[in-house]
Amino acid sequence: MCETAVNLDIVVPNETRYLRFVGAIAEQLAKELDIQEDKRDTLAFHLNLALTEAVANAIQYSSSANAKDSVRICLSVKDAYLSVRVFDHGGGFDLAAVPTPDLDELRERGRGIFFIRSVMDSVQYRKTESGNVLEMRKKIA
Amino acid sequence: MRVAKEVRDDRTVLSVQEDRIDAHNSGELKDVVLKTLEGGARNVVIDLARVQFIDSSGLGALLSGYKNANLRSISFALAGLQPRVRSMFELTRLHRVFDIYPSLQLALSA
Repeated sequence: MCETAVNLDIVVPNETRYLRFVGAIAEQLAKELDIQEDKRDTLAFHLNLALTEAVANAIQYSSSANAKDSVRICLSVKDAYLSVRVFDHGGGFDLAAVPTPDLDELRERGRGIFFIRSVMDSVQYRKTESGNVLEMRKKIA
Repeated sequence: MRVAKEVRDDRTVLSVQEDRIDAHNSGELKDVVLKTLEGGARNVVIDLARVQFIDSSGLGALLSGYKNANLRSISFALAGLQPRVRSMFELTRLHRVFDIYPSLQLALSA
């Protein structure tokens, strides 16, 4: 594991067409990490998925009155942990109240947080004075 | 969302021409599938061979098609799932719900 900390601070317009872009950045970051090759591809996929779901949520829940808002994403690698923070300026939501979906129910929505929880080690959502932040962490070594 | 539509014998094949289905284009996929079902197709196969990534909204679009097809007694199958896409179906157990074939060729010969 490289001991040098990596920090990426990304701001994209509040538009779903940037999901591909942020997902690609997450994949590329994972591919640069000094970890086993088979784990690297899985990590790249999981980061792409978690970030895609988190940014899509941030866009969806942003106030429609501020359609020109941007979404800020911070990716950092330090001390064998990868941290992803996604900031939004919407009304926020209660992460603890998001249920695990009943997989036998064929609902078309409601699996985004489930995917994030499935592929990351920890997920937290906090409301702060400067906005809301969804923080996801994963041990990478 | 680029989707190629082709009728082969009694099957209508919708081939997704994108490498990624996410919240940006899943709504369009849902619309294309529903229009095909409303247009009188009796057997629909969605070819996902080119798709390398699908998110929760993409799964939702395919579930919408599956449920709508069931209501109309139309057969609805998926083909050509790549490993990452397949893993998403397995994580949500949807691989037990959908009729899934390894390739379009196998779906058409079933």
